[in-house]
Amino acid sequence: MTVEEVMREEEAAVAGPIETTDRYKVVIKEINAWFGRKQALKNINLNIKDKSVTAFIGPSGCGKTTLIRCLNRMHEMTPNARVDGQVLVDGADIYDKSIDPVVVKRRVGMVFQKPNPFPTMSISDNVAAGLKLNGIKDKNLIAEVVEESLKGAALWEEVRTELEKPGMSLSGGQQQRLCIARALAMQPEVLLMDEPTSALDPLASSKIEELVRSLKEHVTIVIVTHNMQQAARVSDFTAFMYLGEMIEYGATSQIFKNPEKELTERYISGKFG
Amino acid sequence: MVCLVTFSVFRGSIQIFSYEGVIGFLTGTDWNAVEGRESFGALPYIVGTLASSAIAMVIGVPISLGIATFVSEMSPPRLAAPISFVIELLAAVPSIIYGLWALFVFRFWIRDLIEMPLYNAFHGSLPIFAKYPFGLDLFTAGIVLAIMIIPIISSICREVMRVVPNSQREAAYSLGATRWEAVRIAVFPYAKAGILGAAILGLGRAVGETILVTLVIGNVIGIAAIPTTLFSQSQTLSSLIANEFNEASSDLHLSALIGLGAVLLILTMIINIGARLLVRKMVKVPTGEKGRR
Repeated sequence: MTVEEVMREEEAAVAGPIETTDRYKVVIKEINAWFGRKQALKNINLNIKDKSVTAFIGPSGCGKTTLIRCLNRMHEMTPNARVDGQVLVDGADIYDKSIDPVVVKRRVGMVFQKPNPFPTMSISDNVAAGLKLNGIKDKNLIAEVVEESLKGAALWEEVRTELEKPGMSLSGGQQQRLCIARALAMQPEVLLMDEPTSALDPLASSKIEELVRSLKEHVTIVIVTHNMQQAARVSDFTAFMYLGEMIEYGATSQIFKNPEKELTERYISGKFG
Repeated sequence: MVCLVTFSVFRGSIQIFSYEGVIGFLTGTDWNAVEGRESFGALPYIVGTLASSAIAMVIGVPISLGIATFVSEMSPPRLAAPISFVIELLAAVPSIIYGLWALFVFRFWIRDLIEMPLYNAFHGSLPIFAKYPFGLDLFTAGIVLAIMIIPIISSICREVMRVVPNSQREAAYSLGATRWEAVRIAVFPYAKAGILGAAILGLGRAVGETILVTLVIGNVIGIAAIPTTLFSQSQTLSSLIANEFNEASSDLHLSALIGLGAVLLILTMIINIGARLLVRKMVKVPTGEKGRR
């Protein structure tokens, strides 16, 4: 299936008007990625709509984490890892030679599998870490952004009286929301979430899911998940990947109700994976 | 074992402590073993020990941290392995080798390349550079001690930094940190306890180091051993013991030397306990998450 076909499918599924590529927040063009000699991604093309939630699903090792890490140039930080292709954010290629990877990461935030707050920093310092990296010193401004971000991550009410406590004193789910707040403090346009609930219990996971649904009003979200129910619950669009290839991409309801490809069907119905 | 050593050292030094008094021995500056005119004071050597170790730390710790950071965080893997290998090799070199090399070769470099320029530039304005450098002095001892402890401190720091979880680095990168900023906000704070521990271990080595210091520090005794400039000759507790133990002329002289040993023992204990308290106060030990090894 060509890119155009995929796009048309997807548009048909959401019954919207046909849009041109520049209306997409993120356009992935012919991305190939390698770890050493092993090719992890094979010619991936994908368009991600602004202020939507897109889920990458697929069995372990299918390349979904690698793909999400290509969207903020994190993949290439791994020794021997290599990427080829284009990722357009608002029409500008983040792999262009003139673009500083550091700046890309400020626009495209990321939340990881395991909560990874900075252990020696307080809750508020954790949230402010990115601002301080950007040289913002104004204490009032920082306090304001910390509050905004914690509210955005639905953590404010729980921690408002203990902002100076270490970030590690929080529970796992709270730590993950702290990490989301830390990413939100940078006011990213795109937020990448790499299996953000895989280390959390069901209750904490459902809070994160709720948060994802509310966050999409402000930010474009791409989420990698092992959990198909989760993808079905939180995402507007779903991409199914297998062995480094994009097998099928479309509106979540369509992917889950009547997938085109047999492989997708089998994965969705739990026959492998 | 520790108790046994401590007991022997203190029993050996009872004679001198009763002769000079504990305070008298600690604050005295004379050192005279001539019969009938005996007078023993440890103060100059305490000062010499602290001063030479301090110089070693000031020079050695930043360099070690730099090396460890480079090897663990910055250098390509192909370069990191050989550098680590060489550093570990250097850590295994006996101190007498460093000492001999310093005595016959390195002290001239220090004198001509570092001490003389400093002396020429500052001898009028800064008192610590006011003495005409000779090459065998406190400064040389400090630098050579630094060279001796750098391999130890840097290899421990490297290990400590390598076990910092990669997720910490990535957290920093994802906020738009450069490689160096990631080291600063994610790696150093996480590894702080270990880095301090490495520095303390290095300090312990520097304080107790004997033969290397003896060869290069100038070995003066009495009040002259209290360094007034960086380029003064001096003496440390352990170097004085090594220098005079063979020719201790009387029981009292011998007891005075053992007394120096007792002081050294207490000094190292104070440093260790103090350092431990410092670590406990400064560091909230990170929990969870495994390293990347």
